[in-house]
Amino acid sequence: MAWDRNQMAERAGRELQDGWYVNLGIGIPTLVANYIPEGVNVTLQSENGMLGMGPFPFEGEEDADLINAGKQTITELPQTAYFDSAQSFAMIRGGKIAMAILGAMEVAENGDLANWMIPGKLVKGMGGAMDLVAGVGRVVVVMDHTSKHGESKVLKACTLPLTGKGVVNRIISNLGVLDVVPGGLKIVEVAEGVTEAELRAATEGTIVD
Amino acid sequence: MKKIYPNAAAALDGLLFDGMLIASGGFGLSGIPELLIAAIRDAGTKDLTIASNNAGVDGFGLGQLLATRQVKKMISSYVGENAEFMRQYLSGELELEFNPQGTLAERMRAGGAGIPGFYTATGVGTVIAEGKEHHDFNGKTYILETGLVSDLAIVKAWKADPSGNLVFRKTARNFNPPAATSGKVCVAEVEEIVPLGSLDPDTIHLPGIYVHRIIQGQHEKRIENRTTRKKDL
Repeated sequence: MAWDRNQMAERAGRELQDGWYVNLGIGIPTLVANYIPEGVNVTLQSENGMLGMGPFPFEGEEDADLINAGKQTITELPQTAYFDSAQSFAMIRGGKIAMAILGAMEVAENGDLANWMIPGKLVKGMGGAMDLVAGVGRVVVVMDHTSKHGESKVLKACTLPLTGKGVVNRIISNLGVLDVVPGGLKIVEVAEGVTEAELRAATEGTIVD
Repeated sequence: MKKIYPNAAAALDGLLFDGMLIASGGFGLSGIPELLIAAIRDAGTKDLTIASNNAGVDGFGLGQLLATRQVKKMISSYVGENAEFMRQYLSGELELEFNPQGTLAERMRAGGAGIPGFYTATGVGTVIAEGKEHHDFNGKTYILETGLVSDLAIVKAWKADPSGNLVFRKTARNFNPPAATSGKVCVAEVEEIVPLGSLDPDTIHLPGIYVHRIIQGQHEKRIENRTTRKKDL
């Protein structure tokens, strides 16, 4: 048994530190908002122009002027601040956001990240992902370790077009936690019910001890 | 000089020409200048290049200008949720220049601020960097991106006063201020034009110097992705 989506999100929540400003990507990273540890106060940034993102609104209270980067209706908090897109990416590019938690299609042992396009398939665009990985203090990727066909997505080198080069610090997958270190990947933690041998077998990238 | 116009068509009169570059505010369907977009559709201006973070959805927002084939090229960061866009793009009828979201916002801001280019780490080592000048600062590599000056900026705000000072509401601000400043001319549509002196000068989000024409109108303000939670009973 490996971690499920919620367990991965819960594990990613333990990366958060008190006082941090954090950007959560779409998909499993969004679930991390449900697992912010007790006593840890983080402010969530939404790159369309908001700090202090609150939960979904109650039915009937949706506001077309209040959405997150996934275009979902959300709410504000007492500490919320709004700003324009240039200001939003100034704080991202300027290194003011401590951490981004993002999804990935592929990660390489050198920290290369591919999460925006598959050649030959519909290309929707990178949105703010390239700016985030280039600008924030720390990039944590939450992803399934292998594809539906069982192929590793933690690779020696990415095959898909990159979102950023050498940008990933930590990978949290359904099988465990890996850090990008000089020379390759270092196992930080193995998911409950997974053996280290299984984690190694599912990882194409070089694992260093 | 009077900035208030009776409707979107009147506000755009004399500003539109085939082949022009238009910058549009909005993120998804939030804060889009929906009345001005509809008026550009009705005007039939062709071969447009549109710089906008997104391309609307089928039949609403910029999707309307795609349906009428008035758009030659989009400069955007994310164009999902639009089947007609994809069809035109894949068949080669529509050009697409992807810009990372922050790069697009900064290109507009820089263009409006008289800055012809800026270096950013965004996109280094990706297809975005291909063909662009690279430069190292303090041991880190950056690429040169250019400021974007548009022939016309179309934006949506919450309130305006007759001098063109604008106030936005919540996350509907998004690309509207940078898009507005990028324009040689800027037309703003607002929900309410309030009397001069009724906006607190300390709370103006975009000073009227950037805004040349204003209209007030009814907005549909469509929600793209309605998400809610249940009240605990």
